[in-house]
Amino acid sequence: MRAQRALFSRKFALWFIAAVVAGLIAWPLHGAGAKTGNSCLDCHIETTQKRLSGPAKNLVNDIHYTKGFGCQDCHGGDPTKGMAEGDPALAHDSAKGFVGSPRPQDVPAFCARCHSDVELMKKYNPKLRVDQLLEYRSSQHGKLLDTGDEKVATCISCHGVHGILPVADTRSPVYRVNVPATCAKCHSNPAYMKPYGIPTDQYALFKSSVHGYELLEKGDLAAPACNSCHGNHGATPPGLTSIAFACGECHANNRDFFNQSPHKDAYAQMNLGECTTCHNHHDIAKPTDSMLGVGEGVLCTRCHSQGDKGYEAAAKMSVELDTLKLTINHAHELLTRAERGGVNARLGKYDLHTADDALIKSRTAIHFFDFDKFHEIASSGITEAQNVITLGEEALWDLRVRQIGLGVTVPIILWVALALYLRIRRMERDKPFA
Amino acid sequence: MKDQTRLSGLWDWLDERLSLSAIKELALHKRVPMHRHSVWYYVGGMTLFCFLVQIVTGIFLLLYYRPTAEAAFESVEFIMTDVKFGWLIRSIHSWSANLMIFFAFVHMFSVFFMRAYRRPRELTWVSGAFLLFLSMGFGFSGYLLPWNQLAFFATKVGTDILGQIPLIGGWLLTVARGGEDVTGATLTRFFGIHVAVLPMISTFFLLGHLALVQKQGMSVPIGEEYKKCRQMPFIPNFALRDLVGWTLALGILVLLASLFPWELGEKADPLASAPAGIRPEWFFCFMFQTLKYIPGKVLFVNGELLGIIGFGLAGAALVLVPFLDRRAAREEKHKWLPVIGWFAILYIIVFTVLAYVV
Repeated sequence: MRAQRALFSRKFALWFIAAVVAGLIAWPLHGAGAKTGNSCLDCHIETTQKRLSGPAKNLVNDIHYTKGFGCQDCHGGDPTKGMAEGDPALAHDSAKGFVGSPRPQDVPAFCARCHSDVELMKKYNPKLRVDQLLEYRSSQHGKLLDTGDEKVATCISCHGVHGILPVADTRSPVYRVNVPATCAKCHSNPAYMKPYGIPTDQYALFKSSVHGYELLEKGDLAAPACNSCHGNHGATPPGLTSIAFACGECHANNRDFFNQSPHKDAYAQMNLGECTTCHNHHDIAKPTDSMLGVGEGVLCTRCHSQGDKGYEAAAKMSVELDTLKLTINHAHELLTRAERGGVNARLGKYDLHTADDALIKSRTAIHFFDFDKFHEIASSGITEAQNVITLGEEALWDLRVRQIGLGVTVPIILWVALALYLRIRRMERDKPFA
Repeated sequence: MKDQTRLSGLWDWLDERLSLSAIKELALHKRVPMHRHSVWYYVGGMTLFCFLVQIVTGIFLLLYYRPTAEAAFESVEFIMTDVKFGWLIRSIHSWSANLMIFFAFVHMFSVFFMRAYRRPRELTWVSGAFLLFLSMGFGFSGYLLPWNQLAFFATKVGTDILGQIPLIGGWLLTVARGGEDVTGATLTRFFGIHVAVLPMISTFFLLGHLALVQKQGMSVPIGEEYKKCRQMPFIPNFALRDLVGWTLALGILVLLASLFPWELGEKADPLASAPAGIRPEWFFCFMFQTLKYIPGKVLFVNGELLGIIGFGLAGAALVLVPFLDRRAAREEKHKWLPVIGWFAILYIIVFTVLAYVV
């Protein structure tokens, strides 16, 4: 009896395992051929027309679909009808709000039905703003769309459609690193942009810029993309004043110092861009210290010439900045030599950080375009670095003392060796061995 | 007079319990043969001196060293900068380690050329060869301990070579590293090997080596007749000469430590790319450089593996020299052995220089 039961159990276990294995093997087929019960998907997946099957196939990864939204939530209609009755047209029921594919000018409002609904958005993504439509209407794209221009970007031009991914998804066309390429799809296309008469080299210039390098090459998400300056949904070319506002969002000190500088009013009078006059627009090069001064090809001499106040300030600031750098480098070199010799230079290294900070602040303080204000910061760095040099020299002196001490020890040791040798000789002379 | 009586009393007390008189008699009657190559006898003593320096300085370093990836570099930095004379202790420890291996090589070659390994001194040679390998093991394990960038990557490369050994390579690599990669686990086990395992084994071999030297006395080169040589008393004549050698070794150590303080470098960063010019310590360089020159494939065999096998066989041949050289036992000169010895020296020098120059 017990044996029979055991046999039964073994048989049962074998069948159970076989069933599980068969289930696992059959599982992938579920997605391929099985019906979902949703007329929209079942019908659109089966159709051979890519234009119609694409949306259904792409929908699987769509953020909306994964949150429980179906075709009918955007396009209306009745997904429970059509397939069973053998008439797909039943699903396209206009009585149930079927709208089909919206025209480009209707897309923003189409998306905004949910995205501008505060109560609805709270349930899914409380952090997401709900004023995108309002912003879009204020943008260059939105304004042109209102005039009936269907070529301009709408929501789906940037976010994609039927396969929309969250912004944080690295595959999304609006993931920060992908934004420049997404904008460039239209803005780098000369034929497409011809009616608007705007340049198409922004993407190429951006790629060559310090921002482009940081974002696209190094993948630094803190670096700006197009939308960081131009805005997202309210994309507008910044005017002369607002460029500085855009830059100042990140470079706050530079902006504040510039606003206190004599350049502020002068640039306004001369109708010059505040930041762009020296740093350019999209091709913003990595700023270097050689931009400051009065030598050949230096930025300051584009406007200032010998004898004017600005020329004198530029010359003095350049000299002081170089002095600060050289002093820091010298201090650093002394500390390195001391450390290599095994002398404690940690305190000096700590102080050198303060001097390094002063160098960073000095580079920002250039935007005061006022030598006295610049000098206040740069000179504190020079003093700090000079203190470190004193510490470094003391450390090196310690090292020298050690070396002298050991150097003196060597002759003593050699003298002991010689004395021993002489002692042996004398001993062996007095008492030779066989 | 009173002190002498006290000392004599202490001697008698110890003698009664430890039979010191027998050792004293042995030492007083011990003789060392003098001939034109006797000077090489002192190199062994100088190697021993460096080993003793290593023990003393190593114990001092142990007081402050912390064997973890997080604290090792900082603790060595602390030793060098904050501990009184810590810089000197570390510098002496590092230089003494290198000098010890240098003297060990010189000692080995001098014994090889004098063919002092011949009967009945085979075991003295074998124990000496193992001591040389152990010294290199000390060097390899100690190199990683400061946990700086160069040592980290050199250890990575060095242990990678272990992984090439057929059959057991993968296992050996994991055991050596304490995992798949060089991490804090590697550091901890290298520390354990450096301060416990190797000293224990080395002490065993060293005592055996010294006991055999005392038991069999000094060998004389083939062609020199032992009985015709002048016999120098070990005490005090030879011992004092040894002391001169030790003093000179100390002088060299101090000179090196003062002129070239041992650097600490940058803390190891496993995520950083390997720094330029990584190479093992100089005594591994000739092998390292050879492996670099061997092509990837030599007749369908992995080139690196071939190199490892070659050095393995050379190491085995080194240990077995007394048993391979049968003429030595018959006190006959060998035509090729000195040539092989000089070739080995030249090979080591050239490939070591290449590792630093190329």
